[in-house]
Amino acid sequence: MRLRSYRTGAAAVVIAIVLGGCGSSSSEPGVSATSVTFGTHQPLTGPAAPGYSEIAPASQAFFNYLNAQGGINGRKIHLVYKDDEYNPAKTVNVVHQLVLQEKVFGIFEGLGTPTHTKVVGFLDSSKVPDMFVASGCPCWDNGTAQPYTFGWQPNYTIEGKILGQYIKQHFAAKKVGVFYQDDDFGNGGLTGIRYELPASQIVSAQPYQPGGTNVAPQISALKAAGAQVLVDFTVPIYTALGQLASFTLGYKPQLVVSNVGIDPTTVGGLLKTFSKGKAGTELIEGAITDGYLPSTADLSNPWIALFKKVHDQYDTSAPFDGNVEYGMANAYTLAQALQLAGKKLTRQDLVAAVNATGSKLTGPGLVPFRYSTSVHGGYGGAEMGQVRGGQIVLFGGPLVTEPTAGSAIAPYTTAQSAPPARGVSVP
Amino acid sequence: MSAVTARIRRPRSTLARSLGLVVFAGAALLVASEALGPYDELQLANGAYYFAVLAGLTVLIGLSGQISLGHGALMAVGAYTVALLIGDERWALVPALLAAVAVTTLVGVLVGAAATRLRGPYLAGATLAFAVGLPALADKYTSLLGGENGLVINPPTPPSGLGANFPLERWEAWIACAGALVVLFAMNNLVHSDVGRAFRAVRDDEIAASLCGLHVGRVQTVAFVVSAACAGLGGGLLAVVLQLASPGAFALQLSLSLLTAVVLGGLGSIAGAAWGAAVLVLLPGWTNDIAHSFSLSTQVSANLPLAIYGLVLILAMLVWPGGIQGALRAAVSRLRERRAPGARDASP
Repeated sequence: MRLRSYRTGAAAVVIAIVLGGCGSSSSEPGVSATSVTFGTHQPLTGPAAPGYSEIAPASQAFFNYLNAQGGINGRKIHLVYKDDEYNPAKTVNVVHQLVLQEKVFGIFEGLGTPTHTKVVGFLDSSKVPDMFVASGCPCWDNGTAQPYTFGWQPNYTIEGKILGQYIKQHFAAKKVGVFYQDDDFGNGGLTGIRYELPASQIVSAQPYQPGGTNVAPQISALKAAGAQVLVDFTVPIYTALGQLASFTLGYKPQLVVSNVGIDPTTVGGLLKTFSKGKAGTELIEGAITDGYLPSTADLSNPWIALFKKVHDQYDTSAPFDGNVEYGMANAYTLAQALQLAGKKLTRQDLVAAVNATGSKLTGPGLVPFRYSTSVHGGYGGAEMGQVRGGQIVLFGGPLVTEPTAGSAIAPYTTAQSAPPARGVSVP
Repeated sequence: MSAVTARIRRPRSTLARSLGLVVFAGAALLVASEALGPYDELQLANGAYYFAVLAGLTVLIGLSGQISLGHGALMAVGAYTVALLIGDERWALVPALLAAVAVTTLVGVLVGAAATRLRGPYLAGATLAFAVGLPALADKYTSLLGGENGLVINPPTPPSGLGANFPLERWEAWIACAGALVVLFAMNNLVHSDVGRAFRAVRDDEIAASLCGLHVGRVQTVAFVVSAACAGLGGGLLAVVLQLASPGAFALQLSLSLLTAVVLGGLGSIAGAAWGAAVLVLLPGWTNDIAHSFSLSTQVSANLPLAIYGLVLILAMLVWPGGIQGALRAAVSRLRERRAPGARDASP
């Protein structure tokens, strides 16, 4: 009898698994004359979900806008997004599912450093385009070892350098503390800060692990070290938790936050939820940050006007904030890459197009891309910004630099080009 | 006379039965893996390492009556051991997996010895603290354990004898299934051995068990160590299959979902562990598909799978308090009774 129940069990499992596995086969997966399908892994639930869960739907909305105009090279762009809960084990599984079972053409905008680092090897060895990872980890920037993987947003070391230079110029006499996520995201940012500031000025650096909710020990340590400037390399939920802990401890340093952790709508909403309405955006008012896309508050900017229009038509359930802008701007870049790759689309063509022409792409970004065959690192700089009146205001003009110690931080003066009336424009 | 023969024969038949079971399950898995697509093979591998963990956990909870909320952390110990040995020290696969079992056994001895002094909710609390605390070590020793990013290892290479185009996913599935079969063999023997009987005796009545000459604390520690070894092997296999060891993969949720899986599969039964593994691997995909079959806003459809998962668990526990295996047993015995009214089911 025991054996029989095993047999039933084994049979049931086998049948279920076989039923689950159906897919189409063709020479180049995920692409036909009329459509191209990308997949992505996103934290739709879990510790990184607040704010970031809006990104993929915003990209999808922008693709819908382009698809309504006939798509790119006659192909409609589809995006299949799966929840990985910011859990690397889930990321590996959903990315395998997207590539092996759903046969997507490529992965687009896979979100997160601890997550995406676990699938880069698989994607590159399978020669699957891994376009525009939603993370500024310096680890994507290696076209030689990972020819199929491309970063998009500024490398965290570049961002750290630009923030570090501002601290050096404006808070030279103040003690600096760093609160950072203990992975290549936080460490990349910390490296950039260290390139710019003397070691003696950084009095304490406190890491956190995503998943926990108590950051009081880290914030107390930063307060005890006497840090007058607090630099956060945090995802939005930890920016909020850190500010609440500071508030409780009566600790009021000048806040400096990486652009990935400061979207005022997201952080303000989290502060409000956590404090049951007692606190909100005022806890991040005056925070220094940076941006490589125009501020969503700047409706006179033609790109923001375009994104707002697309948002109002295709993405109404989300607030119009920095995450939505991120998703749309990244979608625009992918559409440009597809346009460049041409009518006859192969995986190799897409990668070759970005290698060859990626650095000349213009779009919503304030700074140029750094793409070449060996450099796969995305935007090459940012502009300083500050939270004023619950919105990010950029100032001082865009800056560009390289993610190396000692390389100059130079102003970038080429004006942003306006969006085309329809579709995307490529050089 | 017949009682004596039975006593002599019994262990041999258990061993034979376990071997037969392993051969049968191995053949079934081999045939299945040939028929599966690459992603399903990965799912099979996922199911296999979960089975290894759940088989140990079901023995611990169902047979020895101790509860553990810390098995996710024990898996992490196995996974990090394998990732460090294969990644940094270039060990071969099998020695690395054996080392993972050894290291986790050692950790199991320490935790188990402490745990025997605790009962019920206190034991759950202690193992829970272990599950919460252990991943923080990755931050403490960042240069060795890679912090939040964890460790990434190269995929195992299929032996050249299998041909140049042998799919990697199938090889991973074979490795994980081999590990699961070892656990199946060991646990099936254990359950029917003196040790297994001692577990049950201690679970049912500690005083009666010690009057029979059993050292209650020792028996409980042995149960904990055995299940820790299984979790270590499962974690090591996870590291090989997913090529990673990182704190995010061994969060508290993992420990809790392992517990739900053994309860849902059927506590104390090895077949129940197989059902639990199938639930862990397949249910998330199904709940996702259900959630996305309605056209809902992203915020709702993203959280709906969790709600459905919870609902399924509650319903299953209400309808099948003995888990899936318990429900199956009841159904089979009902069927037999209908076929042969009055006939007694002689099997246990």
